[in-house]
Amino acid sequence: MTAHERRTIPFEGKNGNNARMTSFTHLYKFSAPAAFYPLAGRLIPWFWGLAALFGAIGLWLGLAVAPTDFQQGEGYRIIFVHVGASWMSMFLYLIMAFWSAIGLAFNTRLSGMMAAALAPTGALFAFISLWTGALWGKPMWGTWWVWDARLTSELILLFLYIGFIALTRAIDDPRRADRAGAVLALVGVVNIPIIYFSVTWWNTLHQGASVSLTKSPSMAAVMLWGMLFCALAMWMYAIAVSLIRVRGIILERERHANWVKALLLDRAKH
Amino acid sequence: MYWNSLSDFLAMGGYGRYVWGSFGMTALVMALETWLTLRRQRAVRQRLTRQLLAAAKEETQEEHEKVRPEETP
Repeated sequence: MTAHERRTIPFEGKNGNNARMTSFTHLYKFSAPAAFYPLAGRLIPWFWGLAALFGAIGLWLGLAVAPTDFQQGEGYRIIFVHVGASWMSMFLYLIMAFWSAIGLAFNTRLSGMMAAALAPTGALFAFISLWTGALWGKPMWGTWWVWDARLTSELILLFLYIGFIALTRAIDDPRRADRAGAVLALVGVVNIPIIYFSVTWWNTLHQGASVSLTKSPSMAAVMLWGMLFCALAMWMYAIAVSLIRVRGIILERERHANWVKALLLDRAKH
Repeated sequence: MYWNSLSDFLAMGGYGRYVWGSFGMTALVMALETWLTLRRQRAVRQRLTRQLLAAAKEETQEEHEKVRPEETP
């Protein structure tokens, strides 16, 4: 038995310590894959539901209610997918880096699986951000692409995701793959503030932030709400699809554990 | 409702191909990711179940083979 297995067993609820757990350590027990797997399974339908609900509201506001933009005409409506996807591409990277740090610090099994499950969805949103940005740039700037600070740093983000996936898949031992990926994720996290602040630090072709924490948004309320609901929908989607992926990873990596065998055989009977 | 007609809506004031190219690609890759992820999760589960059942079968066969020589001295 290795050190990390010993550490997680007390939280699997088999040693009668449950009654003495505080609410915080009670939450902590879900860091054991055996407890997290069924929890994730129960949560997935809720996140799909929220994604559909927020998506319907966001698209309705964005495509049916919001008026035309006085400068960009109807072309501005790309904002409803572009901003949410860009936010998610950065946010998911931060979460991936967070799990990587936890994994390096505490050597917990689940953290590496979480990071691995988030990377493809993050890459997808980085791609959507670049794609919709190009389709927005062509009519408004007259070009699909410029090597400006915002666009270049977002492209680097996509490469970081792809690099993380390639690196972790190239290493056979999952624990070593997790550690290597975690180091890459943490080194690359420096790129996130560069993307976010690029439009203020440098003179970019990309416009400044329409929404920020420090000043009121520079856009009409209905446009803002449409954008926020679309971004929320993408957030809920990202959680749902990452949970599905992490369940696959858990099964694969924990396949020799008794709870996985019991679960699979139980399913096979029905 | 902001639009007068469906063709108005689809034309997007002349920006149709850019707007729909953005929304379309977003929908496409999100649907594709969902499908691939679900398919992969199912494949992992089925493969592991198959291996587990095969291993269980092998074990019982081995036990039978061990028992047989004692039964027929």
